[in-house]
Amino acid sequence: MDTNGIPQTTPRFSATFDPHSLSEIRRAAATGIYDIRGGGAKRKLPNFDDLLFLGASMSRYPLEGYREKCGTDVILGSRFAKKPIHLKTPVTIAGMSFGALSGPAKEALGRGASAVGTSTTTGDGGMTPEERGQSKILVYQYLPSRYGMNPDDLRRADAIELVIGQGAKPGGGGMLLGQKISPRVAKMRCLPEGIDQRSACRHPDWTGPDDLEIKIAELREITDWQKPIYVKIGATRPYFDVALAVKAGADVVVLDGMQGGTAATQEVFIEHVGIPILAAIRPAVQALQDLGVHRNGKNSVQLIVSGGIRNGADVAKAIALGADAVAIGTAALVAIGDNDPQYEAEYNALGTTAGAYDDWHEGRDPVGITTQDPTLAARLDPVKAGRRLSNYLSVLTMEAQVIARACGKSHLHNLEPEDLVALTIESAAMARVPLAGTTWIPGSTNP
Amino acid sequence: MENLSFDLEATPLREINQFLHGDASNLSGKTIHISNPNGAHNIAVGLNAPVHVTIDGHAGYYAAGMNQHSTVTVTGSAGTGVAENMMSGLVHVKGFASNAAGATAQGGLLVIDGDAGLRCGISLKGADIVVGGSVGSFSAFMAQSGNLVILGDAGEALGDSLYEARIFVRGTVKSLGADCEQKPMDEASSKILGELLVKAGFQDIDVDSFKLYGSARTLYNFHVDNAGAY
Ligand SMILES: Cc1cc2nc3c(=O)[nH]c(=O)nc-3n(C[C@H](O)[C@H](O)[C@H](O)COP(=O)(O)O)c2cc1C
Repeated sequence: MDTNGIPQTTPRFSATFDPHSLSEIRRAAATGIYDIRGGGAKRKLPNFDDLLFLGASMSRYPLEGYREKCGTDVILGSRFAKKPIHLKTPVTIAGMSFGALSGPAKEALGRGASAVGTSTTTGDGGMTPEERGQSKILVYQYLPSRYGMNPDDLRRADAIELVIGQGAKPGGGGMLLGQKISPRVAKMRCLPEGIDQRSACRHPDWTGPDDLEIKIAELREITDWQKPIYVKIGATRPYFDVALAVKAGADVVVLDGMQGGTAATQEVFIEHVGIPILAAIRPAVQALQDLGVHRNGKNSVQLIVSGGIRNGADVAKAIALGADAVAIGTAALVAIGDNDPQYEAEYNALGTTAGAYDDWHEGRDPVGITTQDPTLAARLDPVKAGRRLSNYLSVLTMEAQVIARACGKSHLHNLEPEDLVALTIESAAMARVPLAGTTWIPGSTNP
Repeated sequence: MENLSFDLEATPLREINQFLHGDASNLSGKTIHISNPNGAHNIAVGLNAPVHVTIDGHAGYYAAGMNQHSTVTVTGSAGTGVAENMMSGLVHVKGFASNAAGATAQGGLLVIDGDAGLRCGISLKGADIVVGGSVGSFSAFMAQSGNLVILGDAGEALGDSLYEARIFVRGTVKSLGADCEQKPMDEASSKILGELLVKAGFQDIDVDSFKLYGSARTLYNFHVDNAGAY
């Protein structure tokens, strides 16, 4: 009511010009530069929560929890490499750069992963002794920037991941702002300290799938055909990209959806380029099937998917849709302490709140993970943080097993699309499983 | 010095590379000839010993890629990415080199007697490259450190988004890329140039006939008023 007693409508925000959009317009007007942040797409997207497992009942027998075996191991790189990777759990740690992350954070990731028999992955900026020392299985990223890339580390790695793109920014390069170019990071990257470092978006010495085939052959020759070679792509046109990667000779394809985290990218890129992982897995698997390399013994090309994996249900769903393993970035950082509410006062001082902090590029992370500031980095105890990560990885594995047993599977890899239904028409179409309670797979069958 | 020969028409590349990856103490000082390369890719990649390898003819992509310590000579021309990411040693192409010669190389010396294609010295990270002829467009793109010496001409957008690498050009430059500018030839640079010319076998060339290009360093930290230059 106004002062004259006339009823007023309640103040109403525009759904289009919502408070976040308004704040973004003001921020852009004040600074003249796009917003850069870390993390993945934050808006609501079709995701694994839109799928459900059917479980066993009359027509299928469940397995006894804790009694009957449900295998979780996975072999990666059986096609060409003399030394394929054997993991005890199909949850791997995604590539995150030293530079974006502190030395202790990389060490914690290595400790946590090694404790449960899985791999970690380097990132832009090269391999650090912290990570090589603690990671029993270390995947070495080969990126467009080639920062810190050298043949000694290539030979020291257990597998090589040739990065073409990332889900958060398919078609984009990297950036590490001046604040994080410490003397050590600068030296590893052969750059002056304190300058903004832009990582190229294309590889300097090959273009297109025909060249890629020769590049992969070069990496194999240099490492005497010992190591599996992964090719990592951001999810955009997964059917064609996966087919081309297989043709170029990849042992493993890593497919990263748009929810996937990044250390620092333009917000507009994170939120508007690429497709959700839910929509990308089936076309990718289709490509592997069409080429006869999906779960086909020694001749298989394995698929690792990532982008927004949080719990064992996500892991089980990704595998049921045809992935051989998953990779986690954001969740692993949270497990070791990222966005921990115990630092709420410090998050507030940075103008944010625990759980929403994403200015990882600024290097002021109160937890000491996304920083090169020695004082902040020292806050992270790599042993304790590593233990938290191994706990979390064990939970993911056990949760996936709970679901697999309930579906009557003696191995996670026996999960299949037929175990799933979708809650929404969108997710039914994307995951190519029927809408719950119907036989309808939009795009594939008639209602 | 012991001499060994491989014929790529008779021996698979894999066997030759495996041999070249053998025990450094056995390989040290040896000279190895590879005949009939016929444009094969990935010849003599990943070497890690002070061995001399001569490729008699034309090499395909990535010849001597990631070289460490060894001296590799290509008597003909080399394909894309010759000596890419070289760490140390010497790679000498007597003919022409295709695109991305010496890409991301961190150390050692790459000598190309003839011309080099596009993106020569792209993302250079500390190595030295001497090109007897001309280089194509986008050479030294984002080059971080090291030296690129061009006795002939340079194509378009030379040194685009350059960091701390030096570029010496004796001929003409079609155009400079963003943030690349001509610099006065200081004594230190002139000394580096002189030494490189000698090392590369171009003794009789006057260092004063070169111009020096480097980074204007205006793009080192983002500023909105430079947005158009990115
Ligand atoms: C801090 C951080 C740094 C990253 N650095 C790299 C990198 O250097 N190279 C790369 O390929 N991906 C990088 N990524 C992406 C991850 O490898 C992975 O694709 C992504 O985090 C998976 O999605 P999730 O975060 O939702 O689990 C990074 C992600 C984060 C969060």
